[in-house]
Formats: sequence, C-alpha cells, structure tokens
Amino acid sequence: MLAHRQQRLAIVLFIIFGTAVAVGLVLVALDEGINVFYTPTEVSSGMVPENQNFRIGGMVKMGSVVKDGLEGAEVNFLTTDFCNDVLVSYSGPLPDLFREGQGVVADGYIDNGGVFQATQILAKHDENYMSAEVKASLDAAEEHDAEVCQQ
Amino acid sequence: MIPELGNFSLVLALSLAVLLSVLPMVGVYRNNQLLMTLSRPLSAGLWVFMLLSFGCLAYAFLDDDFSVRYVASNSNSLLPVYYKFTGVWGGHEGSLLLWVLMVASWTYAVSLFSRNLPLDILARVLSVMGIISVCFLVFMLFTSNPFDRLMLNPPADGTDLNPLLQDFGLIVHPPMLYMGYVGFSVAYAFAITALLTGNLDAAWARWTRPWTNAAWAFLTIGIALGSWWAYYELGWGGWWFWDPTENVAFMPWLVGTALIHSLAVTEKRGVFKSWTVLLAIAAFSLSLLGTFIIRSGLITSVHAFAVDPERGLVLLAILLVVIGASLFLYALRAPVVKGTASYTITSRELFLLVNNILLVVSTAGILLGTLYPLIHEAVTGDANVSVGAPYFNTIFLPLMALLVVFLTIGSISRWKKTSVAYLKQQLVKVAIASILLGIVVPLAITQEVNVPIFLAVALALWIILGIARDIQSKTANKGSFISGLKSLSLSYYGMQTAHLGMAVIILGICLTSHYSVERDVRLAPGQGIEIGSYEFIFQGVERVQGPNYQADAGEVTVLKNGDPYLTLRPEKRTYFATGSVQTEADIDVGFTRDLFAALGDPRGEDAWVVRIHLKPFVFWIWLGAFLMAGGGVIAICDRRYRVRDTARKDVPVQATDGLDPSLTGAA
Repeated sequence: MLAHRQQRLAIVLFIIFGTAVAVGLVLVALDEGINVFYTPTEVSSGMVPENQNFRIGGMVKMGSVVKDGLEGAEVNFLTTDFCNDVLVSYSGPLPDLFREGQGVVADGYIDNGGVFQATQILAKHDENYMSAEVKASLDAAEEHDAEVCQQ
Repeated sequence: MIPELGNFSLVLALSLAVLLSVLPMVGVYRNNQLLMTLSRPLSAGLWVFMLLSFGCLAYAFLDDDFSVRYVASNSNSLLPVYYKFTGVWGGHEGSLLLWVLMVASWTYAVSLFSRNLPLDILARVLSVMGIISVCFLVFMLFTSNPFDRLMLNPPADGTDLNPLLQDFGLIVHPPMLYMGYVGFSVAYAFAITALLTGNLDAAWARWTRPWTNAAWAFLTIGIALGSWWAYYELGWGGWWFWDPTENVAFMPWLVGTALIHSLAVTEKRGVFKSWTVLLAIAAFSLSLLGTFIIRSGLITSVHAFAVDPERGLVLLAILLVVIGASLFLYALRAPVVKGTASYTITSRELFLLVNNILLVVSTAGILLGTLYPLIHEAVTGDANVSVGAPYFNTIFLPLMALLVVFLTIGSISRWKKTSVAYLKQQLVKVAIASILLGIVVPLAITQEVNVPIFLAVALALWIILGIARDIQSKTANKGSFISGLKSLSLSYYGMQTAHLGMAVIILGICLTSHYSVERDVRLAPGQGIEIGSYEFIFQGVERVQGPNYQADAGEVTVLKNGDPYLTLRPEKRTYFATGSVQTEADIDVGFTRDLFAALGDPRGEDAWVVRIHLKPFVFWIWLGAFLMAGGGVIAICDRRYRVRDTARKDVPVQATDGLDPSLTGAA
C-alpha cells in the first residue's frame, strides 16, 4: 500500500512540477514572443511605445519605393492605410510578392527619427491574399477616414 | 466521362464506408461471424474505389481536362507532366482526396496485416476507421468535390499550379505527411476498440505499437521534407518558422512520440493504460485539428488555400464529433482499463512518464501559442496580435533540453526498479565526459566561449555516449562483442537509432543557428563578398526560358581559398499563366556545410540584391530526422511482432501476456 501511495505522490509531484515549469515558461515566453500589430495611423499618432518591437501593416504607397542611391541592400518605402503614411526602411531582398499598391506587413521598431526600421518584411504566398491584419488595418483606416482624414 | 467515373467511384466508396462502419459493429454486438468477416472485403473495396477515384482525377490532370473546375484552377497545359500529376494534391479538394485515399489504404493495410487479430477486435477497429472515412467522404462530396465540372464555358487553359508547389518537395512532402497524420487513425481506432471492449492488455499494446511506429515514422519524414522544402523553395534559407501550419503538424508528432513511449510501458509493464488511450485519441484529434485549422483558413498561413467558412463549419462539426465522442467514451470507460502493476521512483516507467509529461507540456505550449491570436481575438475582439518564434523557442528549447537529460537515464534504466547505484555506475562517467568534451571540443575549434553551444554539444554527447555505454554493458557478458551485438533485439536498435537521430538534430540545429553567416548584399556583376574561406562572385544575370516560365538566371562563382570551387545558379522565375514571381535558390549541399545563394530584387543598372548564406551542419537536421524515422522502421521489424503472434495463432489472445502474472490488469 505504501509503495502505491508513494507512487501516486510521485506522479502528482511530477505533474505539479511539470505544470509549474510550463506556466512559468509560458508567462516568460508570452512576454517576449508577442508582436502587437499597429496601423500607420496608430503609429503616426504616437500610440506605440518607443524601442518596442511591433508589426506594422498597410499598403505599399504607389510610387514610394526607393532603391537607388541608397547604401548596400537598403530600400525605403511608405506604408499607408490611406490616412497616414509611415516611412519604412529595410535592408535585404524584398519578398517576391512585394509590390507597390499591395499589402505588406513588416516587423521592426521606430527609430529616433520616426522611421520604421524593418527587420523583416513578411512574404505572403498567394497573389490574391491579403492578411487579416492588413485587411483589419485598412478597414480601420476607412472608418477613421470619415473622422480624421478629411479635416 | 472519366471524371464522372471518378465521382461515381467516390460515391461507391462512401457506400462501402457506410457499410464498413455499420455491419461489422452490428456483427460484434449480435455475435454474428458473417457480418464481422465482412469487414475485410469491405475495407478492400473501399480502398479499390478510392484508388480508382484518385486515378480518375490524375487522368483528368494528365489529359488537361479543364472542364473539371479543380483541374482548371490547379493545372495548365504548359505544366511539365510530373507536376500535372502532383497537381492532383496541389489544392484543397485533391489533397482531401489523397487524405481519404490514405485512410482507406491504412484501413486496407490493417485488414491485410492483422490476420492474427481476434475477429471481433479487427471488426471493431475497421469499423471505427470506416466511420472516419464516412465523415471525410461526406465532407468531400458535399462541400469540396474535386470532380465538379465547369459546364458553361470551360476555360481553354488552366490557371496553373501555384509556382511554389512546382517542385520536387511537393511530390513527396504531402503524401508522407498525410500518411503520418492519417496513420494515427489506426492507433485511434485501436484505442476506441480498447475502450469498447474494456480489454487493454499487453497483446493490445503489441498490436498497436507497429502501426503507431509506422505512422510516426511517416510523419517524421513528412515534417522533415516540409522543412527541407521551406529551406530551399521559400527562398530565404530558413528551415523552421513556427508557422501555424508547421505547428499543427508538429503537435501530433510530439504527442505521437509520447504515445510510442507510453505504449512501450503499457506493453511491457501493463501500466499507464488509460493514459496511453488518451494519447492515442489526442494524437489523432490533433491531426484532425491540424486539417481543420489549415483547411478552414482560420489561421492564415502558406497552406491556407481554402478560405471558405462553410467548409470550416463542416470540418469543425466532424472535429467536435470525433473528439467529443471519443472523450465521452473515454470518460465512461477509462476506469475499466486501469493498470495495477507497481513501480518505483527510479524505474524506467517513471522516466518515461517524465518523457511523456515534457512532450505533452511542450505540445500544450505550442497549442497555446498557435491558438493565442484566435483566443485574443475572441476575448478582445481585436485581431492585432501574433505570436512569434521567440515565444515558441522560449517554451520549447528548455523543455527539450530537460527531455534529453532524461532520455539517456530512461533508456539505460530498467523496468520496475533500477538501483541508484546501477544508474550511477552506468552514467557518472558519461555525464562527466559529455560535459568536459562539450566544453573542450567547441572551445578548441572556435576559440570562443559560447554557452548555448557548450550545452548543445554536451547534450548531444550525453545521448551518444549514453548509447555507447549501454551497448557496451549489454554486450559485456556475451562472449565476443559481435555475438553480443547480434543478441540485441531490433526494437533495441530501433530505439537507439532514433535517439541517435535526436543527437544529430540537436547538433544540426544548434551549430547552424549559431554559426550560419547570412549576408544580403547589393552586387554588380564582377563584385563579390568573402565569407570564411569562401569567396562568392556575382557574374550577372541572364534571361532563360523554362517550359512554363521565364527566368532571370544569376551566376555566382564560388572560390575556395582563392581556387575555383563551384558555380551557383539562383533564379528568379516569372510564370506565364499567373505572372507570379518565384525565387529559386541554388544550394550546394554538403555534409558539414551548405552554400546558399538566392536572387533578391534588381537594384539599379545591373546590380541585384543577392542573399548569400554559409550554413554549417544544416544537413544534419534532416539527417537526424531520417535516422529517427529509420529507428521507427527498424523497431517495426522486430521479431516479436511476427513470431510471437504466429506462434499463438490458434490460441485466443487473452489478457495474459506471460511476462508477469501481475500484468493482467484489465478489470
């Protein structure tokens, strides 16, 4: 009987231990692993804390992509929700589906000059695909339009 | 005509699946031999008609029959013939057809290779698998029939297969992955059978183990191929992104790994019974959840090509029925299959329990991260968070490190009771050697202090030296080393091969993550960069013509220590039919390093952004995965799955296994 109880106790302890480790890891991980998504309008209105990584999403403004005359593999473009624009700077190859007038999502942070320094431009793998995030951002922009943009 | 034939055989397959899910089960409860015996021919019929249906769709593809909507949207007359064939599973409907064909194949395989199963058990197992086929055939026929015609104005040509999928990886990746996903339906069917009969003994575990191993090995290969495909086809040299699609394939794999270990305990020691059943249900449910998440477009990802709420709802219904019904059955019956044998705190049972807890906890963590955006949206109504790689790495890596520590202890320990003195005698030297070598070897080679690398090398050595130590002590009393090796069973070799694969993967992942050099540079023809002893010189880009695309083909010559070494030819393709652009990286695969070049986008005059990677030991990631899968296959070949079963063919297989009288745990 005693052995049986010890065995039970051992299992219970293991489970408690496992759960505790898991909960601890999840809390730490959620803290650093979550990217919040902002629209260009939210970024322009200063809603985003400084030095924090986040995602920005919108459309690549027509005619805004600048590749020439920059250093190395750098590229600049404006991302817009048709209400506000944010300048994005990125160094590296652009994804195949990156086009002017198409949706884009970028990971990165706002530097001191107010430029969004992208660490990654997200490639979306379907021609007709618009990410739910970009869609939501554009919808928000349209709503916003009525109130803010036409001032 | 042919597509109608395919549709017709799909309907016939559904009818047979309905019969299969009803008749043998009725036979079991009426004790009617004839009805139970029907399960075999019905499984064969189901498989034949699924194969016929699949053949018809393949014919429609090869024949460029663009009046079939699915063909029109996933093929093109210019497509090379092998991609026409693989286009069969390049979209939602066809991959679902492949899915059901796999279910039918596993069902048929069970009916073929389980001649020694008692008839009533076989009838129940095949019936449960029949129910799964019914669910998915109904789903396919009513929401996503691949044979639907475009009667009015069929297009002259198809819209082409997604360029990403025009690749060798796609020929092999989905079939392997589906074999694995669907293979867990066998373990699931066995688990449901055990709950129905209330009889879960060593014989049950022994029937279930080879099937679970097989499914797990397929899933391992499938995931590895997917990762390999992402590595060279998505174009940017990453091999794992913690993308929802990857996660939903990885979760059943982790639970399947737990299941394999827990089945071992159930077979050998007759404990963890209800836990094993729960894992079997969980592994298959997670496979279904994966199908649901991807097919419903609930979470957007590379593979979400079926964004259709109606389909999503039907799949959700199937998912709820399967998971709900099996958990309900589990709640009713699990107490009946409780184990009674005892074990102590340093037994192999306990170490395998730790293995299971760690694997299940990491699965739960990954599940949480994958569903977190959905939960967040449901709670706050705000679709604006995503969970990135740092979350998953923080959860997963420490748990895996802990798992590896227990891996060696567990595989060296003994069932029931292992003395602490024995463990010390076996492992203290191994531990010291792994820690010392884990620090000294990387330090000697790189001359830098890098704690994660020390840890990874030490953990890998802990596995490898542990295996060596175990084989040494197991062969010590056997006359010669060779005769000792011969005396070890294939399932032992299978286990050690898979564990070795784990060590190889750890080395591959850590070395490539820490020592890869990745450079994105703007290069004009003639310019180059130097990485280590290699020099990459960009020679420019020229236009070339492919069968269904036009490409900018770059040429990058590589010098090693100043001498000409090889040429890489990355391409940027534009496909005619859709106009979509696709980056084709060129990789020189090596045992200790890969050289990777991909074309970015043109920048000014003749200059391009070129991505150049030097990735040490990246090959080991896939090598390790193949070792793991190989281990699974070796274990299946173990004699006891065949010999012992045939030896007792005419004895009705009952609860006792003959290992230990105390194991007849079923109430």
